[in-house]
Amino acid sequence: MSPPLIELEGITRTYGSGEALVRALDGVDLTVEKGEFVAIMGPSGSGKSTAMNIIGCLDRPSGGHYRFNGVEVATLDQDQRALLRRNYLGFVFQGYNLLPRTTAIENVELPLIYKGQRKAERLVRAREALQRVGLEGREHHTPSQLSGGQQQRVAIARALAGEPMVMLADEPTGNLDTKRSVEIMELMQKLNREAGLTIVMVTHEEDMAAYASRLVVFTDGKVVRDELMQERAS
Amino acid sequence: MLWETVRLALTAITRNALRSFLTVLGVVIGVAAVIAMVTVGQGSSEQVSANVESLGTSVLVLRPGAQMMGPGARDNAPSFKLADVEALQDLTSLSAVAPTVSSSETAVYGNSNRSTTITGTTSAYLEIGGWEIARGRSFSTAEDRSGANVCIIGETVRTALFGSTDPTGEKIRIKSISCEVIGLLVAKGAGSFGQDQDDLVIMPVRTVQRRLLGSQDVSSISMTVASGVSSERAISDIKTLMRDRRRIAIGEEDDFSVNDMKELASMLNSVNSVLTGLLSSVAAVSLLVGGIGIMNIMLVSVTERTREIGIRLSVGAQASQVLMQFLVEAVVLSLLGGVIGILAGLGLAYVAAQIMAIPFSPSLDVIALAFGFSAVVGMVFGYFPARAAARLDPIEALHYQ
Ligand SMILES: Nc1ncnc2c1ncn2[C@@H]1O[C@H](COP(=O)(O)OP(=O)(O)O)[C@@H](O)[C@H]1O
Ligand SMILES: [Mg+2]
Repeated sequence: MSPPLIELEGITRTYGSGEALVRALDGVDLTVEKGEFVAIMGPSGSGKSTAMNIIGCLDRPSGGHYRFNGVEVATLDQDQRALLRRNYLGFVFQGYNLLPRTTAIENVELPLIYKGQRKAERLVRAREALQRVGLEGREHHTPSQLSGGQQQRVAIARALAGEPMVMLADEPTGNLDTKRSVEIMELMQKLNREAGLTIVMVTHEEDMAAYASRLVVFTDGKVVRDELMQERAS
Repeated sequence: MLWETVRLALTAITRNALRSFLTVLGVVIGVAAVIAMVTVGQGSSEQVSANVESLGTSVLVLRPGAQMMGPGARDNAPSFKLADVEALQDLTSLSAVAPTVSSSETAVYGNSNRSTTITGTTSAYLEIGGWEIARGRSFSTAEDRSGANVCIIGETVRTALFGSTDPTGEKIRIKSISCEVIGLLVAKGAGSFGQDQDDLVIMPVRTVQRRLLGSQDVSSISMTVASGVSSERAISDIKTLMRDRRRIAIGEEDDFSVNDMKELASMLNSVNSVLTGLLSSVAAVSLLVGGIGIMNIMLVSVTERTREIGIRLSVGAQASQVLMQFLVEAVVLSLLGGVIGILAGLGLAYVAAQIMAIPFSPSLDVIALAFGFSAVVGMVFGYFPARAAARLDPIEALHYQ
């Protein structure tokens, strides 16, 4: 049997020290298999984003073990973690994190540049990804010319463009209206079902979590609930 | 990937046009200021050196009065006479001796006239001053002695009175004297102070004394030192002779002075090098100002750039790839600024050299130095903050405040 795609074991993440010590994660155990669609919920400040950043190799844990596809991430150096992000992970940030003064299509192209794709190929892929999120015709708009929801969709397109094995999305619909949110969720569900994309998504909304196949609830840096769900039919 | 990196860098440069422009401007200011100032400084010292060279062997000038510029000293010191000149001619340490008297007069020819300086002297004066005859001839011994009504004119006077025609054999009028032009001097151009050296008329000393000044006095005596004799030796011979002729008792001060013109010129040269030093320090300050400008822009943009680095790292860029992009950016901006700065600096220096009538002599060292400094500043402040950012975990770079 192949190892689980994501395996967190006793993960801790602390900030500061002494009196000011904050335990953002206080012993998290979480295993995600290939092809799952996991929704993470929990009150604000419960450590959801911190956990996502660690899974996304954007941050390193203070303790515990994180294995990605069986590989102990702590043994990888900075460049190897960059390769892991490049080849397997797509991250959608809560705050979009697009390059300013840079068009939508160029933002989406960014991961493809580091994947070593040629300009012509990149353009095709990036345009395709923007189409998937419903942004055709907005390719040459810069973030400041786009609404919050549109920027979020550019960010999703950027995460999809690199055809990752896992998409990590931190409140991807936080700034979208219900109609757009539903569209995005249906897209993610489709990617999960048809392309086998593994998705871990943080959300505040029960309605959005309902698209996932599994619900994980965080409280005070710990996983307090972890259950399979009846998937919402689309 | 290298071409891709260059493209990324160029995109970043055009996308952040204002920041790029200010960075380039900083380099341009620094490089242009240094090159312009040092080039002008070097040109003017070359000019002075050329003047010193043109004086050839040491020229000594003997004047009545204790010091050249001493207050009052000159008034009660007796003037020299032509007899003094003859006595000096007997000194073996001197090779040529010429008296000079001068008077400002107007030279008239036909309808043209020119206010100029009439110098009364002998043919030895031409040798001492390094003057050459372009046309005609110098004074004959008989003319030197007798005070004939003949003259040799400088190029400026010739142009004013005769245009480009041959002046020799023509008669010009100076006050009541009608004198024949027997020679035309080869033009010397502007002197150390920018004065027109060719604006002169030379006449036999006796002619000027009798007909223009009505006096037997000689205002100064110019001499060249014989070859193989040091100027110190010659000066000491002159002093001994003059103290004797002027009956100055032992222990009394000289009532005349002997100046070494070459020494004067080299003094001028050292003044000039002080000036060059001053210009260079002004230039160094501009370089620093340019450098601080670049530094500021780079540091101000660190927050934005750190976030940019965070974004690039988060989508899978390796630190080395990000750094290469930033390095290329810094190199391109520095090169651009450097090239524009060099052109602007040389242009300024060229214009200044034309206006000041000094040689335009750009120095490769200075160009390299100015360019190198600005390039280093541009790269250091473009590269090191980027290196610090690229070493962070992506999330830290993204959250950088
Ligand atoms: N960089 C940081 N420095 C200090 N404390 C932090 C930092 N990031 C997060 N925290 C703290 O860690 C806890 C969990 O934060 P986070 O994971 O963002 O929560 P959530 O995403 O669930 O709202 C919070 O108490 C937060 O204040
Ligand atoms: Mg959060």
